Amino acid sequence: MADDVKFKVSIDGIPVEVAPGTTILNAARQIGGDIVPPAMCYYSKLEGSGGKCRTCLVKVSKGSEKDPRPMPKLVASCRTTVMDGMEVLNITSPEVVEARKGVVEILLLNHPLDCPICDQAGECKLQDLGYEHGSAATRYEFERRTFEKIDIGDKIQLHMTRCILCYRCVYTADQITNQRVHGVLGRGDASEISTYIEKAIDNDFSGNIIDVCPVGALTDKTFRFKNRVWFTKPVDAHRDCPTCSGKVTLWYKGEEVLRVTARKDVYGEVEEFICNTCRFDKKATVDWVIDGPRHIENTSVISANHYELPAPPPVIKKNLRLQEANKEQLERAVKL
Amino acid sequence: MARKLLLANINVPGINTLEVYRQKGGYRAVEKALKTMTPDEVVEEVKKSGLRGRGGAGFPTGMKWSFLAKPEGVPRYLVCNGDESEPGTFKDRFLMTYIPHALIEGMIVSSYALGAKVSYIYVRGEMMPQIRILEKAIAEAKAAGLLGKNILGTGYDLELYVQPGGGAYICGEETALLESLEGKRGNPRLKPPFPAVSGLYGSPTVVNNVESIAATVPIINDGGEEYAKIGIERSTGTKLISASGNINKPGVYEIELGVPVEEFIYSDEYCGGIANGKRFKAMVAGGSSVPILPANLATKTAKGESRLMTYESLADGGFVSGSSMGSGGFIVFDEDQCIVRNTWNFARFYHHESCGQCSPCREGTGWMEKILHRLEYGHGSFSDMDLLVDVSKKIEGNTICPLGDASAWPVASAIRHFRDEFEWHVSNREESQIRNYGLAHYADPLEPLVQS
Repeated sequence: MADDVKFKVSIDGIPVEVAPGTTILNAARQIGGDIVPPAMCYYSKLEGSGGKCRTCLVKVSKGSEKDPRPMPKLVASCRTTVMDGMEVLNITSPEVVEARKGVVEILLLNHPLDCPICDQAGECKLQDLGYEHGSAATRYEFERRTFEKIDIGDKIQLHMTRCILCYRCVYTADQITNQRVHGVLGRGDASEISTYIEKAIDNDFSGNIIDVCPVGALTDKTFRFKNRVWFTKPVDAHRDCPTCSGKVTLWYKGEEVLRVTARKDVYGEVEEFICNTCRFDKKATVDWVIDGPRHIENTSVISANHYELPAPPPVIKKNLRLQEANKEQLERAVKL
Repeated sequence: MARKLLLANINVPGINTLEVYRQKGGYRAVEKALKTMTPDEVVEEVKKSGLRGRGGAGFPTGMKWSFLAKPEGVPRYLVCNGDESEPGTFKDRFLMTYIPHALIEGMIVSSYALGAKVSYIYVRGEMMPQIRILEKAIAEAKAAGLLGKNILGTGYDLELYVQPGGGAYICGEETALLESLEGKRGNPRLKPPFPAVSGLYGSPTVVNNVESIAATVPIINDGGEEYAKIGIERSTGTKLISASGNINKPGVYEIELGVPVEEFIYSDEYCGGIANGKRFKAMVAGGSSVPILPANLATKTAKGESRLMTYESLADGGFVSGSSMGSGGFIVFDEDQCIVRNTWNFARFYHHESCGQCSPCREGTGWMEKILHRLEYGHGSFSDMDLLVDVSKKIEGNTICPLGDASAWPVASAIRHFRDEFEWHVSNREESQIRNYGLAHYADPLEPLVQS
């Protein structure tokens, strides 16, 4: 097949042309906006991830040009590849909206809702998901399952109670570190992420399991309870690191670097994995070369507390001459 | 007496040994297939027979075989699914225990048809005696030149291995079985790709139930058309039914598909009627995962026709008033059985056996179990029934593998048909702890369908 062959796909009626082998989710991400299905377990940087959380379910109303039959069940968009002429319904299908609402409710069944004391709050994918797709109340009236907190190494804490078993950290450990360090024990709702005998995870890239965790199950012990993320200010920085790319985001409170993470894109996925030295040990501004403020989506709570210059009146947005005249102010008005 | 194909010689002493099995005409199919037929002809014969998978889904076996990808230079595998763990089903264990050579003969014929040089029999880990029996039978067959290199001088090589299972119900799902066979955690894979394209070790693989594989032996011996003469419409041949529950003669029966359910329960040839002179209350036709039916719908379809033991007739009425053939785990309940407790028990099983990979099944099965536990012990409320139906709908169809559906169907169907009994558990909390609801109207004749 020639390299320039493109498949025509439509998602919620919006057409897009993508390369063969692209998944429905990635095709939707190429369109962007509201029609991108949420993904809790899929992580584009991790091979084999996805298909487990079922939040990205979509309806395929037309299989392909050759075989236009719809698919009988909702499919996980993160693991289903597109066919030429495929028509997908996401937010325009009541069936999908209903199923997704059910999945969100089910994900929250055993989740502790301890957001007020959770370090992930503010950058938690489950919070976003619950807010966008969930219902206001739960119908679950039973005790939630709980686990003891486990320290895996001196820098990472595992709080299994909050885990939604997305398996991202397991794939991370399998794929970017040299040896398999942890996995899943047990079965069903008793399954847990574990290192089996509370063995420390000890390698240069173990800290990345904190970044890939969509909830607050894996947290950075050097940052735990230090601050709420929306009071910190993200700044892109880099350093010449011998083990990783050294490209990170520093999270400042005043003059102090509270934590270091990899740079995350709009879907919360890291751009490049970083090493533990960068993450845990380099917490002084002098260690870094500052690249500039990190752009945060203005829908995120993290951007809420950032000082912002007065928004220009809407009239300027339509008038080219006024835009030219206020060029400097407009540039500064971009939310950071 | 109805025709028996698989269990015809089951009462012959020593049929578990190669010697007696061959005296009774065993391994004729191997000779016929390997010496006189091409692999494609064997597949064609199985297609003609109309044999449908006996593991539960009822997918035509010949069709499944013809879907097997055959790329050059890549090995193909046949895996026999002997991980029989469905509550109420015990036919494969019976077959493997008493007539192991029927399975091995079927494995040789099927492997030849598919071009597999190595085949596996994955047997449930708890069935250690059966594993030993099969290993012994394989050794016998190998010594007789029926397995190994150059079988019967035809140039066809086949190695057959028995693999004990990992001890989980989920390992009976075909992709989880393959993961387990590869030595990994038995989690189902996402499909596609299907095993026919990328299965065991990434090679094309066919996974078949024990009984389906054993059934290829009479098909090859007598011809597919002869086999297709037994049964009704698309339900051809004979089927092993594991009958259990409140009946006089529980056990494994080989039936010709098409026997009426009523005859199967009451005739002396089969179950011999309800035990202890009790009345018939409900039936699960195909193992715990299929919808449960009350007595009136068990023997008659909603249209008022007699319900037969066929794939189509048992499923007649869809989810509203039908059930499914499933794996043939036929469970009969008499008037003393509590449907709420039974449903709770099934839900508990699926909660325990959920692999925990995808969220609806992992969390939903536990939720359903807790609600049912509450209802059974008199702490439920009237809204619980609707909640259960809603939860089951949230699980059904949204999971990676069919375990989610299997956990949702018995709950949804029990509430659909036995809602009175559930409500009685709420309205008569104390009474429900000391006595059962009884037969109520569940065996009453059906009202004729109103034509709309």
